[in-house]
Amino acid sequence: MITTTLTVNDRVHAVTVEATATVLDVLRDHLGLTGAKRGCNYGVCGTCSVLIDGRLARACLSLAANCAGRAVTTIEAIGQGEALDPLQRRLVETGAVQCGFCSPAMVLAIKALLAVNPHPTAAEIGAAISGNICRCSGYGAIVEAVMRATGGAAP
Amino acid sequence: MTDMTVVGQSAPRLEGHEKITGRTVYVDDMQRSGMLHAAVLRSPYAHARLVSVDVTAARALPGVHGVLTGADFPHRYGAFVQDEVALAQGKVRYVGEPVAVVAADTLALARQALGLIAIDYQELPAVMTPVEALAPDAPLVHDDFAAYGRRVAVPLPANVCAATTIAEGDVEAAFAGCDVVIEGTYETQAQVHCYLEPCGALAEADAAGKVTVWSSCQSVFRVQATVAEVLGMPMSRVRAIATRVGGAFGGKSDVTVQPLAALLAVRTRRPVKLVLSRDDDFMMMRTRHPATIWMKTGAMADGRLVARAARVTLDGGAYAEDSSAVLGFALLIARGPYRIDHIRMEGQVAYTNRLRAAGFRGYGNPQVTFAGECQVDEIAARLGRDPIDLRLQNAVRAGDRWVGGQAIEACGFAECLEKLRDALPPRMPGRGIGVACVTHISGILSTSAIVRVLEDGTVTLNTGAVDLGEGADTVLAQICAETLKIPLDRINYTVPDTDGSPYNWSTGGSRVTYMVGRAVAGAAGQARDRLFQHAAEMLECATGDLELRVGGRVGIVGVPGAEVPFRDISGRAHWVAGGPIIGTTSVMFEGGGFDPKRSAVTGNGIGKLGTFVFGAQAAEVEVDDVTGQIAVRRIWAAHDVGRAINPTAVEGQIAGGIVQGLGYALYEDLRFDGSNPANPTLMDYKVPGALDVPEITPIIVEHPEPSGPFGAKGIGEPPLVPVAPAIANAVADARGVRMRALPMTPERVLAALDGGSIKPSSRA
Repeated sequence: MITTTLTVNDRVHAVTVEATATVLDVLRDHLGLTGAKRGCNYGVCGTCSVLIDGRLARACLSLAANCAGRAVTTIEAIGQGEALDPLQRRLVETGAVQCGFCSPAMVLAIKALLAVNPHPTAAEIGAAISGNICRCSGYGAIVEAVMRATGGAAP
Repeated sequence: MTDMTVVGQSAPRLEGHEKITGRTVYVDDMQRSGMLHAAVLRSPYAHARLVSVDVTAARALPGVHGVLTGADFPHRYGAFVQDEVALAQGKVRYVGEPVAVVAADTLALARQALGLIAIDYQELPAVMTPVEALAPDAPLVHDDFAAYGRRVAVPLPANVCAATTIAEGDVEAAFAGCDVVIEGTYETQAQVHCYLEPCGALAEADAAGKVTVWSSCQSVFRVQATVAEVLGMPMSRVRAIATRVGGAFGGKSDVTVQPLAALLAVRTRRPVKLVLSRDDDFMMMRTRHPATIWMKTGAMADGRLVARAARVTLDGGAYAEDSSAVLGFALLIARGPYRIDHIRMEGQVAYTNRLRAAGFRGYGNPQVTFAGECQVDEIAARLGRDPIDLRLQNAVRAGDRWVGGQAIEACGFAECLEKLRDALPPRMPGRGIGVACVTHISGILSTSAIVRVLEDGTVTLNTGAVDLGEGADTVLAQICAETLKIPLDRINYTVPDTDGSPYNWSTGGSRVTYMVGRAVAGAAGQARDRLFQHAAEMLECATGDLELRVGGRVGIVGVPGAEVPFRDISGRAHWVAGGPIIGTTSVMFEGGGFDPKRSAVTGNGIGKLGTFVFGAQAAEVEVDDVTGQIAVRRIWAAHDVGRAINPTAVEGQIAGGIVQGLGYALYEDLRFDGSNPANPTLMDYKVPGALDVPEITPIIVEHPEPSGPFGAKGIGEPPLVPVAPAIANAVADARGVRMRALPMTPERVLAALDGGSIKPSSRA
């Protein structure tokens, strides 16, 4: 077991975990933050996506021990209290949310894109979410929602 | 119905906020005090005798609280053939079959304990394809098949778990008179549901022995019934509750791991959570039925389709589950939405030593429609006819009868084809456009709803229908809100729970909007009638003089000021007179079966399943001559939904179904390397990603279904069905070659372009 310090959503947590524990293990099993999902646990489905120092990362492939002193942002920090972030609101309104299992990670993948590219094209949005599988929506509504949220024309 | 305020609106879904903020509780997000974690041991063999199973060392591991094997589950179960057991008994029948399950303090400990279970297997020869299974002297997958309980107890050949024939007219004589006959054999593959949330359950037993099971499922009532059957308990001792479901697509229709979690909870007296890893889910759960379909379709020179014959062999895998119904439905629907008087559809389902095949969005329809729509296209080409014209000439219309004799009430099929034609652009150089159509059913069995007006005039709607992500909760709440003329936010939609919800057969068969919607409209209508009775007494008028006013008020027609709000009426009902206002409605899609004067049926023929739904799609493709890759550029999809209760949700079903159909058409395929799944991971089993999808244009067609709520009927399954044949027909349009096997991989396309000089490797 190791003890490490993780900064999650601006709060510092000291956790004692197995050396092999991932950020996803810590979030879900130690901190009670279940917005990041375990869809495959091997880095393909994208449902565990979080931001680590602002960059999109697979929580299931990120060792907690390597994240000491780094800032982890999860879906729980998006939006202000009960109020949705405008991107979240657009996603709901556009019908981009169906079963919802991919949705929190999808929000973070788009946030990571918008941080570096505030007005992406449809192709750029597609590329940014290409590592996040959605089995329900067919993706079109997600891209449309982002275009609307960023003032771009719907594709 | 022009004054509707809620139905027809694209209301954002009720649970959108919780889902987009990550606060939704799926089963793996649940914790209970003292909860144990469970893991399942998989068979490494496709077919082997269990000589001995020794769990002593696993039980002795500190932190392990329960170990179960097949001996703990003596009760066989199964909807059509009672061939299933919760854990293997006597022998294993596929690689991945659950053999033992462990509950421990942590998941890591449970998995460690699995490694301590000593099993002596005696390997047996396996049958990995229907061809092997149906060969003379093939090893038997189920040695005791004759002793199993069966719903349809017709004699069957070895390794066959279901066989059905449906015939009408005189197909041989009709073929003899045809001017054009197309004949071919089609192969389709094992598509994996790949819902993003793996299967899971959490169970807890109380001191009286009643067990509560939370799970990701399509029907809490089927979970309740099957857990009770497997555990040998009365249903009254099993409570099933649905968590939010992270996709299902038919794969969570029957029980998954609920019986294992339930018995562990009973035995350990602790809450037990069992959530499959993605690996376990791929290896243990289900796929779409692979199919081999010989089909022949005949037409006259003037374009009339007159005869169709098919022989369908489905690979059912190791256990029958719903295979009998999948086959029966495939044969019922194989005629397609055309006036073809002479048909003969024969089919069988073979047992093999592969993981079981099950219902999957389309339920046998995608397989037969691939064959059928490719043949209609070939006939059009042979006759020099436009593929949409030929389909319109033969299209079923309202008042026509389906195979078996059921009347088609409302039918927007011709309009789907016409709207599709209007939407199509001119053919671009280098690209091909292909058309394919679908008929499906929307209905099946029984369901019910309860609408209760609360003391403050808000309303609780309780149906027991599980929303798998498609938006059923929102659509049902819209139907309730519209019936009572109240805003959507005054509806409380409740969690499906067998202790409190009325019965709902399942979320499947594209049925919830249509069937549960009817029950909701009926129950809300009853509540409205009760509200009117109170209001008539309060306003001193006749009920016939009353009207609902938007916002939850009942008033006297023509007298603007004379009205009472629901709050006052419900308060009166609760505290003064009459008692609480509760509406309840039960409905059944009345199944009358086949008209024997019309159809000859043997085996499990299933008629009158539901009302008919229709669609027509077109795909535009480019084919790369060098790589063999098919690039699908655009898809247009016109679907008759009766009435769109929530247009955005309808479009979501169309787009999502098309993309799942795209994966089925082009690459999704669980392959086998000998007896082992060769690609049972999301790395190796490709599902469509955001960069793989074409531009999709949904076209909603509305021919109100007289029996539907506000005219609505289902849309869940149909959009997936015609995608593969539309793409195949587009490839034929672009390059002149006919694709007869799915998925249409580059390897197969190159082989076709090369006129057969390249031999693609076979499926097995």
